[in-house]
Amino acid sequence: MNHSEERALAWRDELRKSMKAKERTDIPRVHMPELNAEYRSHSRLEEVNLGLTAEMAMLEAKRCLDCANPTCMQGCPVGIDIPRFVKNIERGEFLEAAKALKETSALPAVCGRVCPQEKQCEGQCVHLKMKKEAVAVGHLERFAADYERESGNISVPETAEANNIKIAAVGSGPAGLAFAGDMAKLGYEVVVFEALHEIGGVLKYGIPEFRLPNDIVDVEIQNLQSMGVHFVTNCVVGKTISIKDLEDDGFKGIFVASGAGLPRFMNIKGENLVGVMSSNEYLTRVNLMDAASEDSDTPVFKGKKVAIIGGGNTAMDSVRTARRLGAERAMIVYRRSEEEMPARLEEVKHAKEEGIDFLTLHNPIEYLGNEQGRVTHMLLQVMELGEPDASGRRSPVEIPGKTELIEVDEVVVSVGVSPNPLIPQSVEGLEVTKWGTVVVNNDTMQSAVPIIFAGGDIVRGGATVILAMGDGRKAAKSMDEWIKNN
Amino acid sequence: MNKIVSKENFSANVIKFEVEAPLIAKARKAGHFVMVKVGVKGERIPLTIADADLQKGTITLVVQKMGVSSSKLCALEAGDYITDMVGPLGKATHIENFGTVVCACGGVGTAPMLPIVAALKKAGNRVITVIAARNKDLIILEEQMRLHSDEVIVMTDDGSYGTKGLVTNGVESVINREKVDLCVTIGPAIMMKFVSLLTKKYEVPTLASLNTIMVDGTGMCGACRVSVGGKTKFVCVDGPEFDAHLVDFDEMLMRLGGYRDIEREEMANFSNH
Ligand SMILES: Cc1cc2nc3c(=O)[nH]c(=O)nc-3n(C[C@H](O)[C@H](O)[C@H](O)COP(=O)(O)OP(=O)(O)OC[C@H]3O[C@@H](n4cnc5c(N)ncnc54)[C@H](O)[C@@H]3O)c2cc1C
Ligand SMILES: Cc1cc2nc3c(=O)[nH]c(=O)nc-3n(C[C@H](O)[C@H](O)[C@H](O)COP(=O)(O)OP(=O)(O)OC[C@H]3O[C@@H](n4cnc5c(N)ncnc54)[C@H](O)[C@@H]3O)c2cc1C
Ligand code: SF4
Ligand code: SF4
Ligand code: FES
Repeated sequence: MNHSEERALAWRDELRKSMKAKERTDIPRVHMPELNAEYRSHSRLEEVNLGLTAEMAMLEAKRCLDCANPTCMQGCPVGIDIPRFVKNIERGEFLEAAKALKETSALPAVCGRVCPQEKQCEGQCVHLKMKKEAVAVGHLERFAADYERESGNISVPETAEANNIKIAAVGSGPAGLAFAGDMAKLGYEVVVFEALHEIGGVLKYGIPEFRLPNDIVDVEIQNLQSMGVHFVTNCVVGKTISIKDLEDDGFKGIFVASGAGLPRFMNIKGENLVGVMSSNEYLTRVNLMDAASEDSDTPVFKGKKVAIIGGGNTAMDSVRTARRLGAERAMIVYRRSEEEMPARLEEVKHAKEEGIDFLTLHNPIEYLGNEQGRVTHMLLQVMELGEPDASGRRSPVEIPGKTELIEVDEVVVSVGVSPNPLIPQSVEGLEVTKWGTVVVNNDTMQSAVPIIFAGGDIVRGGATVILAMGDGRKAAKSMDEWIKNN
Repeated sequence: MNKIVSKENFSANVIKFEVEAPLIAKARKAGHFVMVKVGVKGERIPLTIADADLQKGTITLVVQKMGVSSSKLCALEAGDYITDMVGPLGKATHIENFGTVVCACGGVGTAPMLPIVAALKKAGNRVITVIAARNKDLIILEEQMRLHSDEVIVMTDDGSYGTKGLVTNGVESVINREKVDLCVTIGPAIMMKFVSLLTKKYEVPTLASLNTIMVDGTGMCGACRVSVGGKTKFVCVDGPEFDAHLVDFDEMLMRLGGYRDIEREEMANFSNH
């Protein structure tokens, strides 16, 4: 059934009529219960958002007008049938709501938590046009997915009869996981190869526990395993085995989802001082290696005056981690103003509540250190906003001669990532852009080498979980067609 | 999980392991390394693949006890499993017949030098290996090196074995007596720095295999970065070997010391158990 057929169902019609639109829009938007800011800024592993209660979720769901032309769906990159899942919550059919979500999204519990909703689904909600706050689609999505998981009634999707065709995914981030799930449903024998010792990609090594608990990702992985997906960790495709080896082994299609794992630096003076590191290094130590725990062998600096350079989600995750590891002053240094920050709104809000300093319109130009080579200061250039640039955001312009020297004992550089070059370098004939992303047909995700499909950050550069997941699903569909027609 | 097939003590602090890893054995070349992690909460540490046996599907690691992680590994026995192992990583050593090659190693560098010495010899080079240590007890792998070298020169700081002097004295004596086409050096950064300064003086092309701190070993974190010819390089993917004359050893030395205090603490805790 498509959206309008679903909408025409009797129960939906009845529910819609049960309350006036005005009454619905007059309900104030739900507040996500969260841990106290002072408490949580010392608690590294507890999730900040506590989740909605069933009553809260049902009330919030009432706010949704079940629009005939739901603009919210246009804002969702994968076009989730938002009113359908929301109305199921309103009538108390939480498992139905979860089912509706899973028809489109492979990882609703994750996306409900990490999607930049204010730019996507919620950013297009009709409420905004009426000067009301958008329906809390993300919170509701999280609620339905969590409810299903916690109910123990998690549905393992049915898989078609095994077709004994082997296909591979390279990388176990959201793109690889979504692809694997869909291919398993279609009856393929799926093997996911992962370079690290953990499955989950950025969801595990990047996004911290206080924002996305590993358990949630693990449940999804177990689900895939029970559908027959096989995972091989500690295997770097292009090093341990080549794409050619995979072909020789009988793999009929290969989905490359190796992400954008290469950290960028700014190449300024003093950037190689001890105590200056990439956010990938910092977050990998803390999240993947659990370096802040007593029983971990991996060390991590616990700086007292920590500066994070950048304004994206990675920067927010790093600065809030630094705070939790005991930083007295944890700073965001960002060259534009807060308005241009690419991070999710909620993360910026949470960071502020946790006492993070925001040095916006500042840009580091040099780091200074002591005799041991440890960073002690950063020299910041003060900026102002000029004309909009190619990205449509107002560009930062230096104010000549205006600099500031600030004490730091740790700096985390979080100015973006580039695609992982390993696969692009190791496969002949693959078309790659000057940014190192793999070129694919946007409709099919197929690359210039027919057996290779690709998606997620390796195709888009640093993007989002939902886009990576959407690519994985799209690739699965078209690879299936391609294999059948070959 | 990779099974340890055999264990052999080269000395109290240097242990040779043969480990099951058929895919790595097949793909590896001289100069490649693996990342090894012992225990769920273990650290990922880089170790050079010293040798491989395709028939048995095993690789050989030669490990020197340094701190917590290498000690945990060395405590494992044949039949035990290494929790995680991934590789082969890094760029393989460029091996060809250069002519006469001096391989200068010391301390932590002796173990990773072994496969390079063997490969150079196999390619037809005249290989002169210089092994250096503070005293006789710290000289390791001498016999194995002799197997693959035309000559082995042993240097000790205190003269308790071989010739008294530093690794650089050994290298210089060779340069003074015959034409050297290439020098390869692996060891503590300070040692490589001085070898590099020496060979630069004599204009002998030199490769240094850099043993920086690593976390992932796959180019993801940048912990291993060094400045080479003024450009930042990642040792795990761009290296580990670089033109020694272009490496900023002072910066590397500084970066290696980064976690020393934390590591000392961890070692103290570990020894107390
Ligand atoms: C700290 C941080 C916070 C973020 N926060 C958000 C957020 O709030 N919301 C949001 O939507 N997005 C966020 N993102 C972005 C989002 O996580 C990514 O866009 C998404 O994970 C990309 O998915 P992917 O599957 O393409 O790649 P990844 O998740 O990067 O996974 C790629 C996997 O492939 C593996 N791999 C790489 N090369 C090989 C190889 N040769 N062989 C085998 N395996 C290989 C890697 O080890 C990795 O596990 C964040 C990113 C970071 C780093
Ligand atoms: C590419 C590469 C290949 C290597 N191959 C081998 C090998 O084949 N066999 C082997 O025994 N070792 C090898 N090493 C070194 C090995 O990785 C380190 O000895 C190990 O990481 C030490 O870990 P630890 O926890 O035991 O000691 P730590 O607690 O980390 O260190 C103990 C002491 O050793 C110093 N140290 C730590 N790491 C290094 C290093 N990389 N170089 C010099 N000093 C260091 C520390 O500063 C400290 O004082 C290699 C390193 C690299 C980068
Ligand atoms: S997947 Fe993301 S954008 Fe789509 S509805 Fe859910 S939260 Fe909104
Ligand atoms: S636009 Fe807003 S009110 Fe309309 S269906 Fe979507 S979420 Fe509900
Ligand atoms: S060890 Fe992480 S990039 Fe080299």
